[in-house]
Amino acid sequence: MKTFCHCNNHYGLENSSIILFMQNIQRNCGYLPEDELKRLADNTGTPLMDIYSIATFYKSFKLEPQGEHTITVCTGTACHLRGSGEVFEEMAAVLGVGSGGGTSEDGKYTLEKVNCLGACALAPLIVIDGHYHGNVTPGKAREMIEEHYK
Amino acid sequence: MSKVKVTIDGREVEVPAGSTIYEAAQQVGVEIPTFCYDPELTRVGACRICVVEVEKARALVASCAAPVGDGMVVHTESERVVKARKNILRLILGNHPLECMTCQKTGDCKLQDYCYYYGVNEAGFEGEVKELELDDTNPFIRRDMNKCLLCGKCVRKCEEINGATAIDFMNRGFISNVGPAFDDPLEESPCVFCGLCVDVCPVGALLPRESIGKGRPWQVEKKEVVCPYCGVGCSINLHIKDGEVIDASAVEDSPVNRGHLCTKGRFGWDFLQSEERLTSPLVKQNGVFVETGWEEALQEVAKRLTEVRQKYGNDALAGLSSAKVTNEENYLFQKFIRELGTNNVDHCARLCHSPTLAGMEKAFGIAGMTNTIEEITGAGVILVIGSNTTETHPVVSYRVKEAVNNGAGLIVVDPRETRLAVEADSFLQVRPGTDVALLNGLAHLIIKEDLVDQKFIEEKTEGFEELKKTLDGYTPEYVEKITGVPAGELREAARLFGAAEKGSILYTMGITSHTSGTNNVLSVCNLAMLTGNIGEESTGVNSLCGQNNVQGACDMGALPDKLAGEHSIEEKDTGLTAVEMMKAAAEGEVKAMYIMGENPLLSEPHLEHVQEAMEKLDFLVVQDIFLSETAQKADVVLPAAAFAEKDGTYTNTERRVQLSRAAVAAPGEARADWEILCGLANKLGMNWDFSSPEEIMKEIASRNPNYAGINYQRLEESKGLQWPCPDLGHAGTPVLHREGFARGRGKFHPVEYAPPSEETDSYYPLWLTTGRHIFHYHTSTMTGRSRGLGSHVPEEMVQVNPEDASRLDISGGDTVEVASRRGKLNARADLTDMVPPGTVFMTFHSSELAVNFLTSDEMDAEAKVPELKVCAVNVRKAEQSH
Repeated sequence: MKTFCHCNNHYGLENSSIILFMQNIQRNCGYLPEDELKRLADNTGTPLMDIYSIATFYKSFKLEPQGEHTITVCTGTACHLRGSGEVFEEMAAVLGVGSGGGTSEDGKYTLEKVNCLGACALAPLIVIDGHYHGNVTPGKAREMIEEHYK
Repeated sequence: MSKVKVTIDGREVEVPAGSTIYEAAQQVGVEIPTFCYDPELTRVGACRICVVEVEKARALVASCAAPVGDGMVVHTESERVVKARKNILRLILGNHPLECMTCQKTGDCKLQDYCYYYGVNEAGFEGEVKELELDDTNPFIRRDMNKCLLCGKCVRKCEEINGATAIDFMNRGFISNVGPAFDDPLEESPCVFCGLCVDVCPVGALLPRESIGKGRPWQVEKKEVVCPYCGVGCSINLHIKDGEVIDASAVEDSPVNRGHLCTKGRFGWDFLQSEERLTSPLVKQNGVFVETGWEEALQEVAKRLTEVRQKYGNDALAGLSSAKVTNEENYLFQKFIRELGTNNVDHCARLCHSPTLAGMEKAFGIAGMTNTIEEITGAGVILVIGSNTTETHPVVSYRVKEAVNNGAGLIVVDPRETRLAVEADSFLQVRPGTDVALLNGLAHLIIKEDLVDQKFIEEKTEGFEELKKTLDGYTPEYVEKITGVPAGELREAARLFGAAEKGSILYTMGITSHTSGTNNVLSVCNLAMLTGNIGEESTGVNSLCGQNNVQGACDMGALPDKLAGEHSIEEKDTGLTAVEMMKAAAEGEVKAMYIMGENPLLSEPHLEHVQEAMEKLDFLVVQDIFLSETAQKADVVLPAAAFAEKDGTYTNTERRVQLSRAAVAAPGEARADWEILCGLANKLGMNWDFSSPEEIMKEIASRNPNYAGINYQRLEESKGLQWPCPDLGHAGTPVLHREGFARGRGKFHPVEYAPPSEETDSYYPLWLTTGRHIFHYHTSTMTGRSRGLGSHVPEEMVQVNPEDASRLDISGGDTVEVASRRGKLNARADLTDMVPPGTVFMTFHSSELAVNFLTSDEMDAEAKVPELKVCAVNVRKAEQSH
């Protein structure tokens, strides 16, 4: 696994680059492992507490291991009105995660909500591993996952 | 500075431009409520309770952060303001447990006060409330974050004042919270439990654990005392209810600590109430201590001391005074010993401060920290050498931190990567015991790069040419060979120090406790004079004293070669120093010892030898507050009153004489040391008639010219006086050598590097250096009996670099045998990069793992300080059976 040290050369050990380091760690590890953050603190001389504060402030930073695939359901106004809630519920049921989202037991999928992706014409919208899928219905969503599992 | 005119609640006031509305309001005596405001912290304007109405402004503004404008008209209690404040309070109450009946904060709670003032008693909002777990795992602070209103003062104190940065905000929105990383308990964070956060918490979210349930604020009387721990000499308010201390807080207007404390001062007072306190005199009969009355005990001591004197002569007596007791008591102790006809009196300054006395006297004429603690904040560059300031003098480290925040450069010289080293611009990781070479190297470069203060050297010093000759050879490359510090790093440090307008040097036992201790001090003095950093504010040679009254005990003449006031004794009459006493006792020359408030059976080097010496004594009397390791060996033990139980003065590291008054009664039959000494003196026919410490101070003032202008009335009226204070009209001397040096000209002393008293070899290949950690004090006689401090870091471990560990096949937590040429012990290994490869570290706090069994009693020729800081050891994995 590529770790923090890997990205040293890119940015130099500057305190101000801390978010870049964290993004890099997340890109490489899929989330921000505690050990990596401690190493980052040691190597940059930034208090661990500051790093943790940043990590919990930004929703896009994850402190828990994520599934192999990430499914994001848009819950913006347009998506909401066109049934994104039902889509989310259906997917949560299929993946066996709670109503707030989370990672499936087999570690394959992480389901999460996002406030608005700005592609309201496609509502309701979901994103699987960076690929956008518009006009989703609960049924379609189920199919997509089942398809994916094959 | 330009001024602006503002009108606040109808009152006009002129304030400097840039002041905040809050500051302007304070000037006209208008109180504005605040939660998140603290004058010494960054303004964040987070809580909004301080909002005020400014005419012509659209919205209400946060007065703590908004600057005044010329002609501004402010209303602090308008209808709109009151409505907003009530809403803020309601919003807070909506998510704040209303446990005021049992909350420790009741009566001292800002939320409660403001709700009372504005008549808010319910939220009127219903919704989700926080349900966070109570953090009650550490012995100092109870955290109930459900009560937190997120003002963030604790976060800023921790980061901006202490520098530990243990806590911060986490998460966002409703689930925002304050705490350590990963929401761990405080115990597992970098928190050093200074309690600054507790003292600024406006509500009951952070509470001092020991005090909970013990008393309400209105039942408590606050009495000011001087902290009994380190040489900083912080002022503490003891919170007393029914004659018992239940809490402590920093004194806000103390010039020394201005509202700050460390964990020991804040939470370490409870040894006063320990059940182990000595409450009655003890006389050993058939090897067992028996409680007796004072009359009987003093009679016994007088009889036995007289017997020894008659049989072996006066010089068969020796006394150890104490840097823990007052000036008055030190003065009496040395007077007592000297009236018995011997100069064999010394105290633990021998182990730390004595090279400073010897070195500074030679270089400057008088010895003492040249500047004040507060001045550190104004330095342009700070050189910290041989001082783990963060742990040994925490409040001084806050000042260093403040200076660095103000833009000062920081150079740290230490074998260990201390916390200051981590923050330093330049960290020179020296091999233990090579400081002279390093300091000479810095001086060499400063001369070579023409960073010297030529004018200062010509006008105020002598001996520069001789120094220059000696320094010639100390090229960075040569110095690198000795010290292990890369030449380039030395160059950078020299430039940083040499270029600064005001350079302040701080040092502690890392400089003094060496066979080269006096030479180390002389090299420090050379460096300061070379750069003209003496006699001006925010400069100087600043020796940080270990104990709270090291400086005072020295000033009082509790030394074998000096009377009070630096009156030297003829060399032939000089008495024995501390280490020499032990050697003389072992050889049967010293037969009886009187030890007051010291614990040589843990603090002296080469302990096995000290134990033998103690065993050989005919008579040992120990005066202490606890049955210390040394007291256990005594024939008679005299129970003493502790710091908060008696009147007296202490002289802190910056030469500030401070008066500390009795706040509580001593337990049982325990008496103040001065009373015991008077009683004993009179049993021996000395006819002393001191009836109070104040009277003793009068005699001190008549003997020590530096104290001539000091009396209790003046001390009472001031916040302490810094000596020299030669007459009653003198305001004291914050900066020494301002008008030239006490000896006329400052003298450069060329000193050559000499290796430590012992070398590493194939049998003992590693260096051992010793020191302290923040939660304990010295032999932990006091801290070990504090519930919090005593339990927080229970196990003494030996720090080993992971590189050495892997070579020696040692894993973290393994039990290892540490052996020197004098002794060995088994300790668990703590693998850490804090120590460099080739060096291991232990503290000298533990009695179970007394590191001084390993250390060497080789001494500095001049100051007779033993080399506690460096010896050669072997470390190996211990046998399984251990």
